[in-house]
Amino acid sequence: MYQTFVEKHAPSLLVIAFLLLWEMICRGFKIDPFVLPMPTAIFDAMIEYKKPIFDHALQTFWTTMVGFAVAVLVGIVLGCALGSSALVYRACYPLLVGFNSIPKAAFVPILVVWFGIGTTPAIITAFLISFFPIVVNVATGLATLEPELEDVLRALGASRVEILRKVGLPRSMPFFFASLKVAITLAFVGTVVSEISASNAGIGYLMMSASSSLKTALMFAGVIVISVMAMAMYEVFAWLEKRVTGWAHRGQQATT
Amino acid sequence: MPNQFIEFDRVWLKYNPTADFVIEEITVSIREHEFVAIVGPSGCGKSTFMKLCTGLKPPTQGTVIVDGREVSGPLKITGMAFQAPNLLPWRTTLDNVLLPLEIVEPYKSNFRSKRKEYAERAMKLISTVGLAGWEHKFPWELSGGMQQRASICRALVHEPKLLMLDEPFAALDAFTREELWCVLRDLHAVDPFTVVLVTHDLREATFLADTVYVMSKRPGRILAKRDIELQRPRDIDVTYTEPFSKIVHELREHIGAIRKS
Repeated sequence: MYQTFVEKHAPSLLVIAFLLLWEMICRGFKIDPFVLPMPTAIFDAMIEYKKPIFDHALQTFWTTMVGFAVAVLVGIVLGCALGSSALVYRACYPLLVGFNSIPKAAFVPILVVWFGIGTTPAIITAFLISFFPIVVNVATGLATLEPELEDVLRALGASRVEILRKVGLPRSMPFFFASLKVAITLAFVGTVVSEISASNAGIGYLMMSASSSLKTALMFAGVIVISVMAMAMYEVFAWLEKRVTGWAHRGQQATT
Repeated sequence: MPNQFIEFDRVWLKYNPTADFVIEEITVSIREHEFVAIVGPSGCGKSTFMKLCTGLKPPTQGTVIVDGREVSGPLKITGMAFQAPNLLPWRTTLDNVLLPLEIVEPYKSNFRSKRKEYAERAMKLISTVGLAGWEHKFPWELSGGMQQRASICRALVHEPKLLMLDEPFAALDAFTREELWCVLRDLHAVDPFTVVLVTHDLREATFLADTVYVMSKRPGRILAKRDIELQRPRDIDVTYTEPFSKIVHELREHIGAIRKS
């Protein structure tokens, strides 16, 4: 019984142990709270500033969601184009890879020139940083379709669209959902990066202003809020993935 | 004399203009409901031959006539099965078997309204190959032999006039393979269709086919045509008889000669 309790709660136990250790080190070595605030102090800051934290978190959340939604849309369309035509794939691939290797933070100043500071550059940064994995995964899912299976369908007179709908898309779903989990966390990174340098709202902005007013505990509170949001969204997509593409995770499904 | 169903008239094929010919001057005619096996060394263009029959590839020179018409695109009267069962893992066995009916006319347009009727029909086929009780299982819950049975059902569910088999039993163990030979033999006997079976296995070819064609190595040509006169229905025991071994041996000598050349 004891064994199963530890096994079951190992992750949460580790988190608690980590926080306890952190608290003890801060107290034991009398570390300046300006450098590293104690977990309890961070918790206090969260309570104290819960209204502004909530508002900024909401701003960051919907900015990320908009950028992410555009990334999903563009990712699917571009991924389908790349995955169903070898020519398009060969033509676009170097450009895409080249584009992806640019640090997206470098785009923020350019976006500010174009759109001014605020929500727009944040949405675009979130989009730019997160669409690439979706494109690559959807394209890979489609391009790795077994040629024999394609022959079976083509010999029946199936059109390209039919092959895509009946086989290509369902088959690439596991790839797609795997990429969503990566993309959603990246989208949060994009939003915060942009907010830090070019916004008057959002968690990124909150942290910048907390930094300039030397409220270290508030900065840590911001970090925790953003990571909780990203983790929650990750879990949402992990759950969706299991629901939609359960067939691809056969290990977890007991044969009945 | 039954009708000629497939006719190749001096067919040549290369995949692109700069490449060498893969298939050279093939002239064959296959009767309706004939069971044809094509044997030859690997890479001899056997699979290309299949693509020509089904209209997936047009010939570079010569003509291919199937069912009275010159082939110019996918035929829609064919069913295909390959060495890999290629079932869709997100569909149950039954839904996998039903797939062609969702694509090919006249079934496609009334698939929704007649789904029940089609499912019954698919079930009949599924029981014939010995998969009854497994129709709601997913492919990964089936053994390799069972998956291949399902794949054959999928190739036959739309009652094709022409069944194309590309080494369908090559990845199975010897016992399962012989079992499936018999399944195929019975399906063909009950409701005849024309079969083109590509295989490496000379015993398989001899046991199943009416006619065996031997192809040379690349560029592929037809080197020999051997009618198999063995009485039908053939029992698996026939494979251990003297006349059977003689035919297999004769085919083996053709292959041996190719490999030496």
